[in-house]
Amino acid sequence: MDKKKLLVKLFISTLYLSAFTFGGGYVIVSLMKRKFVDEYKWIDESEMLDLVAIAQSAPGPIAVNGAIVVGYKLAGIAGMIVAILATIIPPFTIICVVSLFYNAFQTNPYIKTALEGMQAGVGAVIASVVYEMGSGIVKTKSAVSIIIMIAAFVATYLFKVNVVYVILICGLFGAFQTLFKERRKS
Amino acid sequence: MIYLHLFLSFLQIGLFSFGGGYAALPLIQEQVVSLHKWLSLQEFTDLITISQMTPGPIAINSATFVGIKVAGIGGAAAATIGCIFPSCILVSILAYIYTKYRNMKVLQGTLASLRPAVVAMIASAGLSILVTAFWNGEVNLADTKWDQVVLFAGAFILLRWKKWNPVLIMLLAGAIKVVLAVALGKI
Repeated sequence: MDKKKLLVKLFISTLYLSAFTFGGGYVIVSLMKRKFVDEYKWIDESEMLDLVAIAQSAPGPIAVNGAIVVGYKLAGIAGMIVAILATIIPPFTIICVVSLFYNAFQTNPYIKTALEGMQAGVGAVIASVVYEMGSGIVKTKSAVSIIIMIAAFVATYLFKVNVVYVILICGLFGAFQTLFKERRKS
Repeated sequence: MIYLHLFLSFLQIGLFSFGGGYAALPLIQEQVVSLHKWLSLQEFTDLITISQMTPGPIAINSATFVGIKVAGIGGAAAATIGCIFPSCILVSILAYIYTKYRNMKVLQGTLASLRPAVVAMIASAGLSILVTAFWNGEVNLADTKWDQVVLFAGAFILLRWKKWNPVLIMLLAGAIKVVLAVALGKI
């Protein structure tokens, strides 16, 4: 695919995902995985997890960071700019419109009910992505990976540990483990 | 001048909010309510509600909302650019390092143990959303909203085994909920 076509496709699909991402960065990450990994096959699954880890380890909104890494990986600086613009245009426009008449919007029972139902749908999207990615990890039959997965879940969900620490600890653990292995080999 | 203030203020929010989403809330509150008094506490609460009801990251929503209130569209643009500026620099550096050195053994080892952690974090965020959807935040079996559970189960099945489009699924879940509420005379 030539670069111009790729950029246009990247812009349109990111714009579309961003316009429908209710409820936080992990929703858009799940949708990006569906679109760029499963549908377009532009990125493979383990690489997508690496990109999410990068997006997570820097400050700022995950949706924006996710767009930056995916855009950069697909088309360099140009891809990054295209992906950022596509990510911020929908919320920017919508908030501009909403702020004009937000009282009516806030008290509308139809909107409130629809959003409640959409939460269940969003939960299902994330659940199915977690199911796919989780079984990918389990299939590696690596005990260390499975233990890390369970421990990280307990830490973030039950003990509300800041994700930055989880990333740091798991990353350092992996780096040291590799260094030890290499040393033993030599 | 106000543009510069908005830009710098949201630059700090973008730079210091690790972990995304609600991690940014206390920072936004400090800058926007306590320090600059651009919003009252009531307006700030409304802003959170609006953010929940509209797509997009809460930091970007806040930047746009505060910017437009204080200085119109130009203010909204200044605040939004400030908010994403640190991300652009830091994440592109990280992405560059990743593409250049991804075949290095140590980086591979690091990423190999990050991958399961990332899956866990996505799972944890998903579970929080489900707890809100089923129980409004506090788990209590007697108060389970069974219609939400059924919507979730139906959506999950269509996604997993029928490979339906996720955006369509989310919109359908919202539409079904409204139709049900109207049919039962709740609205």
